[in-house]
Amino acid sequence: MSAVNRQQRTPMPEQDPATRARNFEEVPLGYTPEQAQQEAARCLNCKKRECVAGCPVEVDIPAFVHLIAESEFAAAARKIKETNALPAVCGRVCPQESQCESKCVLGKKWEPLAIGRLERFAADYERMNNLVELPEKQPPNGKKVAIIGAGPSGLTVAGDLILLGYGVTIFEAFHRPGGVLMYGIPEFRLPKAIVESEVDYLRQLGVRIELNQVIGRSITIDELTEDLGFDAVFVGVGAGLPYFLGIEGEQLGGVYAANEYLTRTNLMRAYRFPEYDTPIVKGRTVCVLGGGNVAMDAARTARRLGAEHVYIVYRRSKAELPARAEEVHHAEEEGIIFKLLAAPLAFEGNGDGMVQRMRCQEMELGEPDDSGRRRPVPKAGCEFTIETDLVIVAIGGGANPLLTKSTPGMELNRRGYIVADDAGKTSKPRVWAGGDIVTGSATVIEAMGAGRRAARAIHECLSG
Amino acid sequence: MSRIVNKTELVPNIHEMLVEAPQIAAKALPGQFVVVMADETGERVPLTIADFDRDQGTITLILMVVGTSSRKLARLRAGDAFHALLGPLGHPSEIEDYGSIIMVAGGVGTAPIYPIARALRDKGNRVITIQGARNRDLLFWRDRMAAVSDEHIITTDDGSAGRKGLVTEPLRERLAADNGKTIGCVYAIGPTIMMKCCSDTTRPFDVRTIVSLNTIMVDGTGMCGGCRVEIGGETRFTCVDGPEFDGHLVNWSTMMARQRIYHTSEQCSLTRYLDEVSTS
Ligand SMILES: Cc1cc2nc3c(=O)[nH]c(=O)nc-3n(C[C@H](O)[C@H](O)[C@H](O)COP(=O)(O)OP(=O)(O)OC[C@H]3O[C@@H](n4cnc5c(N)ncnc54)[C@H](O)[C@@H]3O)c2cc1C
Ligand code: SF4
Ligand code: FES
Repeated sequence: MSAVNRQQRTPMPEQDPATRARNFEEVPLGYTPEQAQQEAARCLNCKKRECVAGCPVEVDIPAFVHLIAESEFAAAARKIKETNALPAVCGRVCPQESQCESKCVLGKKWEPLAIGRLERFAADYERMNNLVELPEKQPPNGKKVAIIGAGPSGLTVAGDLILLGYGVTIFEAFHRPGGVLMYGIPEFRLPKAIVESEVDYLRQLGVRIELNQVIGRSITIDELTEDLGFDAVFVGVGAGLPYFLGIEGEQLGGVYAANEYLTRTNLMRAYRFPEYDTPIVKGRTVCVLGGGNVAMDAARTARRLGAEHVYIVYRRSKAELPARAEEVHHAEEEGIIFKLLAAPLAFEGNGDGMVQRMRCQEMELGEPDDSGRRRPVPKAGCEFTIETDLVIVAIGGGANPLLTKSTPGMELNRRGYIVADDAGKTSKPRVWAGGDIVTGSATVIEAMGAGRRAARAIHECLSG
Repeated sequence: MSRIVNKTELVPNIHEMLVEAPQIAAKALPGQFVVVMADETGERVPLTIADFDRDQGTITLILMVVGTSSRKLARLRAGDAFHALLGPLGHPSEIEDYGSIIMVAGGVGTAPIYPIARALRDKGNRVITIQGARNRDLLFWRDRMAAVSDEHIITTDDGSAGRKGLVTEPLRERLAADNGKTIGCVYAIGPTIMMKCCSDTTRPFDVRTIVSLNTIMVDGTGMCGGCRVEIGGETRFTCVDGPEFDGHLVNWSTMMARQRIYHTSEQCSLTRYLDEVSTS
């Protein structure tokens, strides 16, 4: 093997931007074993393991990287899985640049180790070579746990508790499990086959998944514990309530909340309409409002559905974009145009009730706000319009009250999120909660971390 | 679970399905709906729970054939199961004692009206039903409606059954004759344009008017915002805030425009589906 290049990361092959902007296949193609080993060799194996401290679930990064360097790929995957049940997912969607990789010592002078890419490689290698082994389970302990929501937090709780001998049932409202991994994050960033294989793995371990169950409507939490014999309940229902701007014209056709736009494409496969029955409005000139991962996903989806011009319209400047750096970079490569420091004022329709034009206000950055970011303020007298036939509102969301409203005795905060301690314990006996429904919209890995802590707490409570 | 026990074509293109769904039957209340998928590639379609039998563990769904999705659902037979069935969703109707109440059912609107009328009558209301259809052959559940009504008026556009004309005519007459103000509420459920016209008719009489909106939906749980409507100037989600709303507060023009969003796509999908079915 050639000499180790400590300065630069080993590039990961990707689909060429012009090609991929027209298909839904995954953008980065993943490392080959040689590339992975080359990258792994860059690791300094530091004594003071800063990267590990940067990971919300404390993956033993130096250890798994070392195993890759030694060609022990499946062992590397198992090492990661000791603390992270979904490495193939996290390697693809974690904001590594603000977590593990931001702490990597190499990064002080050069490029940090490509931890996410290596994580993804190990997990893919294990899965694609059928090397996934079912771990030893403890004998059944006769206790039952109900998990509401099959997103990353719920799946993590299920995976941990099934190994400890619990009977685990997940109740999921949709007809496919995975939460945001299934309905939100697009195929080109996280292939659904990966989510399905993670869910299959849980099923093989004995986790039961009841689909099409809207808890709060078909069954209440009290019925789960009182009538159906569950000893504990974990609530991982996500945030899931889309916000609108409250401006004129929002009811027009061709104005979507990102949740709807992405659910139609990802969960319902509208990108394969009419082979799949769910339709979607295809715009030629698309405006996406917002600057997070959701906005990037929506913009890149619109591009793939054939849009000629796609604008990200964001109130602040580029430095404040909350999306993962890689998503912004990929979006730019795919020709997405960033209209920064602009805020929508109103939508105007054609005679047929479809959106035709958006009026915007130019903004400038003023004093820092509570979040420490400079607050955007309108620039007097500077308005402009964009001709557009598809608008996707991706300005975030709040807590969906469907379940919480039907659950007496569970304390909520002022914004409707569930109040829970660090271990996920809510004010309601035998009920734990975690993920976006506690923290507000956050990340996959944080939801998983919350799931892990709650699983531990449930186990302590039920075995004590 | 979610198996179809029995299916009959009530009138051309309107099917009644009896579905085994004990969990939904146990909880269902008048005014609520379910979301169904015919198969893996299908759409998520909201359908009203037209009846439920808690002892038998069944619910009754009424399906009108319009586009691809309803055609696919209509192809299912007794013994088949839905790919997905979830519910009960939406707020149940408020069953109060209004004194007298007028229940206007237009077309398939008879399905959602029926269990509400029954519950209101059980509550002690005097129920005046106005059941309308384009013609005699499209009227269904006349006997059922008669059984829960103190008065049962039928209208058809062509006069082939009952009175010739629109449902709004007897509605206006009844309200005009109601000098004692005994009619406390009007329910109007059916095609959007009919619900709008009924709301316009009742407005001058200042009588509370409840409609049940049939917007496009995806999840049915308040997560996508696709079912949004403007009620009294505010955005509301039909699936979780409705489906019943005050007809006098609904912004009907945006509501109707939103129902047309996928019109072209639906044509395209239907052409393809009909091709596929005819060659299979
Ligand atoms: C488009 C998009 C892109 C994102 N990109 C990233 C990214 O790149 N990196 C990252 O780290 N994070 C990303 N996130 C955020 C991340 O996906 C979430 O923080 C994470 O999924 C939260 O997990 P969760 O388990 O709390 O809930 P969710 O993933 O929201 O899952 C909740 C599940 O509960 C179900 N449910 C809801 N109500 C009920 C009920 N009453 N009964 C039964 N089931 C119910 C839902 O259907 C859903 O399946 C993104 C989010 C979106 C929307
Ligand atoms: S889980 Fe995420 S944060 Fe942790 S090591 Fe992997 S990529 Fe980094
Ligand atoms: S159908 Fe999605 S919010 Fe109502």
